[in-house]
Amino acid sequence: MTFNIYDFTSFNRWIDEGLNSIMSPTWALITEMAIIGIVFLLFYAVVGLFLVYAERKVCAFMQNRVGPNRVGPYGIFQTIADFIKLLMKELVYIKDSDKLLFNIAPFIVIIASFMALSAIPFAKGLHAIDFDIGILYVIAVSSLGVVGILLAGWSSNNKYSLIGAMRSGAQIVSYELSVGLSLLTIIVLSGTMQFSQIVEMQSNGWFIFKGHIPAFIAFVVFLISSTAETNRGPFDLAEAESELTAGFHTEYSGIKFAFFFLAEYMNMFLVASIAATVFLGGWMPFHVSGWAGFNTIMDYIPPLVWYFGKTAFIIWLMMLFKWTFPRLRIDQLLTLEWKYLLPINLVNILFMAFLVLMHWHF
Amino acid sequence: MKEIINLPVSKIDEEEYHINMGPQHPSTHGVLRLVVSLQGEIVKNLKPHCGYIHRGIEKMCEKDTYPQIIHLTDRIDYLSSHISNHAVCLLVEKALEIEIPERVQYIRTIMDELTRIQSHQLWWSSFGMDLGGLTCFFYGLRDREMILDIWEETTGSRFLQSYNCPGGVMQDIHPNFQKKVHAFLKTFKKKIKDYDRILSGNVIFENRSQGVGILSKEDAISYGVTGPSGRGSGWSCDVRKTEPYSMYSKVQFNEVLRYECDTYSRYMVRMQEMHESMNIIEQLIDNIPAGDHSAKMKAVIKLPAGEYFQQVESARGELGLYVVSDGNKTPYRMKFRTPSFSNLSVLDHISRDMKIADLVAIGASLDLVIPDIDR
Repeated sequence: MTFNIYDFTSFNRWIDEGLNSIMSPTWALITEMAIIGIVFLLFYAVVGLFLVYAERKVCAFMQNRVGPNRVGPYGIFQTIADFIKLLMKELVYIKDSDKLLFNIAPFIVIIASFMALSAIPFAKGLHAIDFDIGILYVIAVSSLGVVGILLAGWSSNNKYSLIGAMRSGAQIVSYELSVGLSLLTIIVLSGTMQFSQIVEMQSNGWFIFKGHIPAFIAFVVFLISSTAETNRGPFDLAEAESELTAGFHTEYSGIKFAFFFLAEYMNMFLVASIAATVFLGGWMPFHVSGWAGFNTIMDYIPPLVWYFGKTAFIIWLMMLFKWTFPRLRIDQLLTLEWKYLLPINLVNILFMAFLVLMHWHF
Repeated sequence: MKEIINLPVSKIDEEEYHINMGPQHPSTHGVLRLVVSLQGEIVKNLKPHCGYIHRGIEKMCEKDTYPQIIHLTDRIDYLSSHISNHAVCLLVEKALEIEIPERVQYIRTIMDELTRIQSHQLWWSSFGMDLGGLTCFFYGLRDREMILDIWEETTGSRFLQSYNCPGGVMQDIHPNFQKKVHAFLKTFKKKIKDYDRILSGNVIFENRSQGVGILSKEDAISYGVTGPSGRGSGWSCDVRKTEPYSMYSKVQFNEVLRYECDTYSRYMVRMQEMHESMNIIEQLIDNIPAGDHSAKMKAVIKLPAGEYFQQVESARGELGLYVVSDGNKTPYRMKFRTPSFSNLSVLDHISRDMKIADLVAIGASLDLVIPDIDR
């Protein structure tokens, strides 16, 4: 076995062959699925907890505060302590609420983000599934989350929750378009929807550089609309604290609330991963075609570092948005999407198609 | 629910539904309850229910002597406590025709303006928070801390000072007072630019506030909307200009007026007023004359029988005090005309057919303090 931090293909093959040599192929497949499931669950929890901590520190930095600094060094165990607290809290049941839907809703939200995570390539050979329609799959699966939010708002038997859910429905359905179209712009350039190929194609330059202006416009549009899709400020209308107390999750307590909370951060991680993969080359190091020496030095940095670095940068940007801007109103939100982002996007696709046709890209 | 809510209109649309904003709600900043009729997201009707923090202060005043009443007035509008104290003192001094040392006039005016600045800072903080810009809250509170420190040193209290007493102030100013006020002015002049940078010039904020909650000048006058909210509609209603008291007739300052009549203009009036208040303090702080910090007063203060009225400009608007005295050491009847109560009355009128998010912005722009409404 050769374990290589730059290429996980041989490592995966070693596990596969090892499992197949000691059990039947069916059981080997089941074992592999179980291993991947457990790894993803752990990854999900760790990333979720870390992002909550990161958000608190970034927000504290923006607001001249220190942030959590009591539990552990620099307060790094604060979110774990909070999570344990939420686990032990009582689950409050609401009179006249739709019990079944009320209980299912947080799981739908969390499953949607969990499923989408499986298509993301973390490094060479390190992805759970490599669909040839990877982008389509991610868009389809991640928009399932809105069903959970709508159910949560509907089943809570609370008017604030219902308003939050209605807003969220309108918002996600609209911004889904922009997310899809901005990714489509890059698909026009790449000619494939498979994540591994998209990353591979960026070995001589990331798409944001290769695609000239349309790729950059698509990147900005994707950032705006994906921030809206994850229900984060300044687009956090669904839970608008000062208007709707807590919006769709007003009536949730304990671990169910924690599920919504975690799902929000995982969605943010997911959106940042897609942006990093599609626009910034995913795990592909920063390469400039022609500069062989520079490229070799860049290749020494492991792909996982590149991947998490890019993702962290985009997450950081999204956190800065949230703590800087005031919230939009619902009609302004829809105006922004239907009157500005959508036309810009459509023109941008044509522009990109023209660019690809004329071979003006790098 | 129907028996609890007095439905606001006789004709109720089938499409309408009601929500209770408050008494526990993040954007009412206290125990105010608004029964809002909504059609989708649009506010059709609104009925404020007050009284959740009614403490019967007017009745309590009938049992208290005038120096004791001062401590109650702190609790009416806790964000302009010094100005409320000032009103009682002015009324007593006017009734007894006492000459007040000039030093006291200077100190009181400076304190009034510091009160106005810190009140507007807290208003700005919560305004930003109501619109979803949570960072504003910490910016405002950070700068307000400096004023609270100045007060703590001189008056011994950070929040409810009761620093004024009939005839003067409780104790002389601390030796550090002038130095600290100068330091505050210097710092805040830099920081207030951050306020504009993070909120005033933001395109989302401008869209959220411009053209929202139009309050015409006629409506402002007929509803009695005073203070910065009224001046945002172009009504010149500053008591410091119309009925000057203390040092206000001797200092140079502008009455800030804006004519857009919307939430944004009410916002800008307050932002500009902070500059004006700093301007007033700058004129006074270096010229505080030497002298006594209080006039000679009798041990027991008895107002001659009669009716007295005194108005001052608090941070929220015109605060009126009306006293009927029968010659005793306690008033026969005392009535407060508090600005927030009148300002609240216009909320229904200007937030109709607006979105629920606009209602929050309008409510924040009126700068309501709930104990000031309920007393």
